[in-house]
Amino acid sequence: MDHKTVDLSLLDGVLAEYASVKGSLITILQHTQDIYGYLPREAIELISEKTGIATSEIMGVGTFYTQFRFEPVGKYLIMLCQGTACHVNSSELILQTIKDELHIEDGQTTEDGLFSLKCVACLGCCSLSPVMMINEDTYGSLTPEKTKKILKELREAAQQ
Amino acid sequence: MRIVIGQGSCGIAAGAEKVRKALLAAHVNPADVSITGCIGMCWLEPIVDVYDDNNQLTRLVRVNENDAAAIASFMETGDSSAVESLKVSEEDSEFLSKQTRIALRNCGIINPEQIDAYTAAGGYSALKKALCDLTPEEVIEIIKTSGLAGRGGAGFPTWFKWNAARQSAGEEKYLICNADEGDPGAFMDRAVIESDPHNLIEGMLIGAYAIGAKHAVVYVRAEYPLAIKRLKNAIAQATEKGIIGEHIFGSDFSCDFTIKAGAGAFVCGEETALIESLEGHRGMPRLKPPFPAQSGFWRKPSNINNVETFANVSWIINNGGEAFAAMGTDGSKGTKVFAVTGKVKRSGLVEIPMGKTLRDVIFDIGGGMKTDKAFKAVQMGGPSGGCIPANLIDTVIDYKALGATGAIMGSGGMVVMDESTCMVGMAKFFLDFTAKESCGKCIHCRIGTKRMLEMLERITKGEGKEGDIELLEELCYSIKDGALCGLGQTAPNPVLTTIKYFRDEYEAHIKDQKCPAGECSDLIEYKIIADKCRGCTLCAKNCPVDAISGTVKNPHVINTEKCIKCGKCYSSCRFDAIVKE
Repeated sequence: MDHKTVDLSLLDGVLAEYASVKGSLITILQHTQDIYGYLPREAIELISEKTGIATSEIMGVGTFYTQFRFEPVGKYLIMLCQGTACHVNSSELILQTIKDELHIEDGQTTEDGLFSLKCVACLGCCSLSPVMMINEDTYGSLTPEKTKKILKELREAAQQ
Repeated sequence: MRIVIGQGSCGIAAGAEKVRKALLAAHVNPADVSITGCIGMCWLEPIVDVYDDNNQLTRLVRVNENDAAAIASFMETGDSSAVESLKVSEEDSEFLSKQTRIALRNCGIINPEQIDAYTAAGGYSALKKALCDLTPEEVIEIIKTSGLAGRGGAGFPTWFKWNAARQSAGEEKYLICNADEGDPGAFMDRAVIESDPHNLIEGMLIGAYAIGAKHAVVYVRAEYPLAIKRLKNAIAQATEKGIIGEHIFGSDFSCDFTIKAGAGAFVCGEETALIESLEGHRGMPRLKPPFPAQSGFWRKPSNINNVETFANVSWIINNGGEAFAAMGTDGSKGTKVFAVTGKVKRSGLVEIPMGKTLRDVIFDIGGGMKTDKAFKAVQMGGPSGGCIPANLIDTVIDYKALGATGAIMGSGGMVVMDESTCMVGMAKFFLDFTAKESCGKCIHCRIGTKRMLEMLERITKGEGKEGDIELLEELCYSIKDGALCGLGQTAPNPVLTTIKYFRDEYEAHIKDQKCPAGECSDLIEYKIIADKCRGCTLCAKNCPVDAISGTVKNPHVINTEKCIKCGKCYSSCRFDAIVKE
């Protein structure tokens, strides 16, 4: 994964709206991540300059919350639910299947930049457990076979 | 005839949107198709409700795209024979008919994206009544009579908090809704926001009026995108109608409304941590006192309640405090919503009056176990709660009675477990969660949860030592005493309750290096029963490390030296020839 030059002008609108509104740091970081897919260093420095909040404090907030990332993620971000219902319904098997299929660990991205894996707190779809979300879509009642099929389909869709 | 499709997060994940598109493709008139939120029968999703011209309901369950043509023909001819196999069974219907719905009264019935659907169901009449006919003190008095207590878990009387915030000096006050539903295994609040967002807004506005706040704020988990979308939509609609804004219903009361999305931190469910997060900081709890009622958001008097608490408010104002207090037990009034999941047959949302028993929820409404294994325990209250064993199944749902078991009422997560769940593993699961989610501010929580997790990890690997159980208990009590906030103070509960009720399982792990539930992979061995094995070779094909040998039609053998205990052979065998020991 390369860090291409970050187009900071994309942040203009967000900063114009929130930079001077007190208590908006988390909101600004959320919008920043929506734009770039992660929090680029250059963006953090610009946010610091515009809001007057020290970069150390921004990093403190950014690293506190699980939502924020400091590295780009793959085309497909797999969020595997670690909730209680999923645990009771063998989400461990699904985690193992994803690791075996993609050869990555939690928090890593495949070499081709296609998939990133993140174990997350409860997604709240407990009656469909075990559950994962890939980008905006939720997949429930997973089995190892079903998981493999989903990954295969996404890989094929990306190649087309 | 018209069609209503259940489109909560669960329904959509199960394919409800695909069904909707397939119905439109099958030439069902788009004007006859609408959506609703979570019906609560999550195990039957996607659900399609068909109403005839006399408003008679035919409920179709587990519908998929291929059923669209049959449903379209039913719509056209009124002949339901084509959809006979999709109709909900009478048994399953009892899941809803046995409930008493107050907080969830509109969920799965009205369209959550249209304010008119809410007002047609009587929505915003309670707000009008409060603003035009009642003083704030009278509102608080009604809530006091109702006995409504905080549904987020602690069960603190709502009127008391409202009154404290009202009494606090200062012009600027805030009313905050905690929708940071972080308990793994709980989704009641998500369902309420997705299915009936105006009910939350109405309850909050009444609360704001009662305490004298001009600003209402909802703090929602970022993991709930659909809830945020529907709530934003509802706020926009209510603002347009003048229900949010200046001089609401012509009264002197004005209130604005904002949404803040959380960024993923369980500790932000703690009210002072939530306030820190609202202010854009790390979500670390503040020392109490001062309590938020005196010094909260931006150090102004603030009141924080949970989503379900607010969802009851408009009903109470309309029906009177006495009607609400008529339900329940001496100490716990009204109803409670539970998210029933795990190894239960019918998993979904259950709202019942306090005073019912766990058996009523799990067996009578939930239908019992979905596996052929016996009921072992139910986990209530998530990482702050505990496991209640099978012999206490007749425990009454009441703050005090549940507290006496060592668990808590909690926010409503109810995860049902059968004999295949290891209770030491369960304690480890929750400690892994709290250790990761500990904010790190106080030592007892930061280091204590970590040390407990390490011990539980050792025990589940068969490396437990004599005296570990006692040491765990000692740690539990010192963390309870020493931690700064609710997260740390309650983190030991899963460990204490599992030791209390399943001590023999801990001992089996420590003394015999055995996991009675057969879940801890380091303590089990997979074996093939030669008599049952047909030699189909499926297990050998599935084994990732080639640990299984044998020829076609002859019994296979597992090389335990090579076996990594992944369990793939066990789950793939079609003849039950593989056992865990």
